[in-house]
Amino acid sequence: MLRIIISRLTQGILVIFCLLAITFVLIRLMPGDPFTGEKSHAAHIIEKNRENFSLDKPIPIQFGVYLTKLTQGDMGDSPTREQKVSTIIKHSFPASLILGICSMIVAICIGIPAGVIAALKKNSLIDYGTMVIAMIGISIPSFVIGPLLASYVAMNVPLLKVAGWGDPFDWILPSITLGAMTGAYIARITRGGMLEVINQDYIRTAKAKGVSQFNLIFKHAIRGGIIPAVAYVGPAFAMLLTGSFVVETIFQIPGMGQHFVTATKDRDYFLLQGVVLLFGTLIVLANLAADIALVLLNPRLREA
Amino acid sequence: MRLAFILSPVLLMPFLSSCDKESPIDKYTEKKILIVGNSNEPAGLDPQIVTGVIESNIITSLFEGLCVQHPSDSGGSMPGAAARWDANEDFTEWTFHLQKNGKWSDGMPVTTADFLFAYERILSPDFAAKYSSMLYYIKNGEKFNKGELKDFSEVGVKAIDDYTLKIFLRAPIPFLPHLTKHYTWYPVPKHTVLAHGTMTERNTYWTAPESMVSNGPFKLETWKFNDRIEVIRNPHYWDADTVKLNAIRYLPIGNKYTEARMFFNDQMHVTERLAPEMIGYCRDRYPREFRQEVYLGCDFIRFNMTLEKFKDVRVRKALSLAIDRQLIIDKVTKGGEEPAQGIVSPMGEYKTAGIAKHNAELASQLIAEAGYSDGNKLKFTLLTTDRDGAKTYAEAFQDMWQKILPVEVSIEQREWKSYQDMMSKLGYEMTTGGWIGDYPDPTTFLDMWKKGDGNNRTGWHSEEYEKLLGKAELATDPAERIRLLRQAETLFLNEHPIVPIYWHTSVYLLHDSVKNWHPLPLRNQPYKFIDLKK
Repeated sequence: MLRIIISRLTQGILVIFCLLAITFVLIRLMPGDPFTGEKSHAAHIIEKNRENFSLDKPIPIQFGVYLTKLTQGDMGDSPTREQKVSTIIKHSFPASLILGICSMIVAICIGIPAGVIAALKKNSLIDYGTMVIAMIGISIPSFVIGPLLASYVAMNVPLLKVAGWGDPFDWILPSITLGAMTGAYIARITRGGMLEVINQDYIRTAKAKGVSQFNLIFKHAIRGGIIPAVAYVGPAFAMLLTGSFVVETIFQIPGMGQHFVTATKDRDYFLLQGVVLLFGTLIVLANLAADIALVLLNPRLREA
Repeated sequence: MRLAFILSPVLLMPFLSSCDKESPIDKYTEKKILIVGNSNEPAGLDPQIVTGVIESNIITSLFEGLCVQHPSDSGGSMPGAAARWDANEDFTEWTFHLQKNGKWSDGMPVTTADFLFAYERILSPDFAAKYSSMLYYIKNGEKFNKGELKDFSEVGVKAIDDYTLKIFLRAPIPFLPHLTKHYTWYPVPKHTVLAHGTMTERNTYWTAPESMVSNGPFKLETWKFNDRIEVIRNPHYWDADTVKLNAIRYLPIGNKYTEARMFFNDQMHVTERLAPEMIGYCRDRYPREFRQEVYLGCDFIRFNMTLEKFKDVRVRKALSLAIDRQLIIDKVTKGGEEPAQGIVSPMGEYKTAGIAKHNAELASQLIAEAGYSDGNKLKFTLLTTDRDGAKTYAEAFQDMWQKILPVEVSIEQREWKSYQDMMSKLGYEMTTGGWIGDYPDPTTFLDMWKKGDGNNRTGWHSEEYEKLLGKAELATDPAERIRLLRQAETLFLNEHPIVPIYWHTSVYLLHDSVKNWHPLPLRNQPYKFIDLKK
């Protein structure tokens, strides 16, 4: 197990380094810079600002300066906002964390039972119905579901608000919007996994021994059946944690998702590096967690 | 089943009607907390670093310049940090007498030292303030900012005593009181800025809620990134009795549909603006709340004047005449804008020359004279952004031109920064664009067309035009000055380096409970006069 963790972590650090280097170069290849704006400013002012952020130096030197600061725990200042990148992330991450966790709960609560039921009632109306709903969940984008929930549910239900991030009731609709698609995926993956498992010999043997339907599912089948879903949940959770630009703007949530879009649009080089670093780290950690969970669920993987 | 029974009250809670029927907005109104939609997260709150309208909306409540905006008269200036002011005959020397009881929100007095410090800071080359050019009106301000002058004492700002500030200008500027209402002219608290860093150090913690000190009617209470900024009443403000509100909460809502839904859901008092698609709906459903007011700005199309195909003025004029501006307003922008006949938005006594008009017949005639026909079409690309509605807007022009003239127009959409980059490098043929005025004077729209100005972006310049602007700058008679500026604008418009399309409006929703909120072309509401009543 320790060998797996060390190996995955080493790979992860390499992946994050490549991610940082590629982002660093690509964003600088895009036209414009943080100081290109609607209103032009005097050349000497722009020059001074570029100098302040070391943007007047060649890209490899800029990258070296960035990495040196990063190793000292400094993610740099945002050139377009009067804030340090670490402060921006510190302010935005809690909302994304809450939204990500709630969305994942919604997704798992919808996806796993729906997938299990669909698999158990294979080729029945329940199966078709569940999978059609799942397909709808995957197909309808959040920018449709979100405004519909805001306009028709929040406007008519007391305590729910169309947007805002003040109290726990405000978490409900964004979590449903963000979790719906993931839930639909989980349902389809779980169905597939469960179908594979319930046709295996050990399940037939258990059935022949007279194990009750409940025990058959929850003691014998589900453990193997949800393995594909667990493999999917890890990276999906990282995606949910880093937020969603669409859901955040629809429900006015102060999360991380919008930074991916605005930092790129504003050419906020350092903020973009910061959010990419965080996202990369989360993906690596989530994959590691998924690997560990898979090993726990399937001991044969320990020898792999 | 049992679990569902136990959980049902929790799950149903949001659906159970609360005993309290008061809407959120009623509660805020009662507590006198104004909830304002403010488009996006501000880039910062340091008045000498920021450059945008979003920031200005907040900073106006926190800080106060020498003069403040009159609540209902767009051309009116009222005492702010200065109790009174006077100028010499040719408006080149101004004396401002500061409020004797003017205080920062920590109780420290606001003195001329704070103003001197602020103006030295914003003009310091090391500080690299993007909007430092707003203070180039001050004698030697530009030289100091460009590092050509090292000694700030040679810049035209002098403290006669703690409460008397004298400003020497590079030329007669009769509209200086208007300029002092702009945030670049606001004082900053010397003692607080220096407590958190050096004078020219940027991004220090002096603007954090726990340390920020301001001299306006409100002081900073909360700054939750991308969530809200809340300012509360400043007890040390010199005119605290006039202030009616207890707090203002600014919400950075980028999505206009979300903002409108929040207004419909009684979550806010004022929206920032309405999306064009929402305007008709809101006008019908919310007639009392619907606001459509003049906003100091102009939308236009730029020609790249360095290109051979646009060298002939008849071509440029034909393309301008072919546009039915009213149709664009009625069918595309839908905000009740005014067709722009010139570049300068209507303001005060200034009336534009009215050159840009729709005349399809004359347009066809001119382009034919220029040598273009169906067999020899003029081909060009119209550059625009990827923002909402930008493509529809460009397609409307494309359609109008192609219907009337022998032209072949293609549209190129670029994301915002690429678009700006292409514009500033003259890497386009024709492009949509616009300009929002900083202060209510024609020069806010005319100065940018000078040679070498970074905002010109057309490649056009004229010595005659700059001479007229120069003469206007030196004119001491206001009527003569206006006449010269109008003459310059007429010259500019007759050259057609741009095609003016419309003068902006501000279209938004304002809750009934908001009192003393009057239409202002810069939308620079002086918040100290605003009140909330059910």
